[in-house]
Amino acid sequence: MTTLTKAELADLLFEKVGLNKREAKDMVEAFFEEIRMQLEAGETVKLSGFGNFQLRDKPQRPGRNPKTGEEIPITARRVVTFHPSQKLKSMVEKTYHGTART
Amino acid sequence: MTRSDLIAKLAERYTQLQGKDAELAVKVILDSMSSILSRGGRIEIRGFGSFALNYRPPRLGRNPKSGDKVQVPAKYVPHFKAGKELRERVDFPAS
Repeated sequence: MTTLTKAELADLLFEKVGLNKREAKDMVEAFFEEIRMQLEAGETVKLSGFGNFQLRDKPQRPGRNPKTGEEIPITARRVVTFHPSQKLKSMVEKTYHGTART
Repeated sequence: MTRSDLIAKLAERYTQLQGKDAELAVKVILDSMSSILSRGGRIEIRGFGSFALNYRPPRLGRNPKSGDKVQVPAKYVPHFKAGKELRERVDFPAS
């Protein structure tokens, strides 16, 4: 099945917004960079109609090297989680309810 | 940061653009992302992350009000996996 990448998004900005190729490429880069900067600063990003990017602090927990079986702690970390909006969830569900797995 | 804050930041970066362009650009990007996912595709943004669909098998649920059992059909839900750069930038500085 198709995969959407930065190159395709830039083409869409060229076609639908009328940016030139260079501006379109920069705009796509800036779009994701602005989101990264906010998350890096510890801020939630809420994109209405699409979803929210949130941060979660996870405490240290015991882990294991699967190869050697040796016990090593998994350090405390901050991770990004994405929560799709109700709109996006129902768009995805509508097309795919009850059909076979891809 | 909200959608309108993001539009404002992009408009600030690209002062040569028309006022409406940043708004339209954000709309085009987000609509395209939603659209590809709803057609069963995936999104791969290097340095940011990827979006794909996860399968949820059918299950027997309950109506919380009446307590009646209801069949919940199989469905797909969007899932995001952060890319390496994003993961490293949001994490605590390595000590």
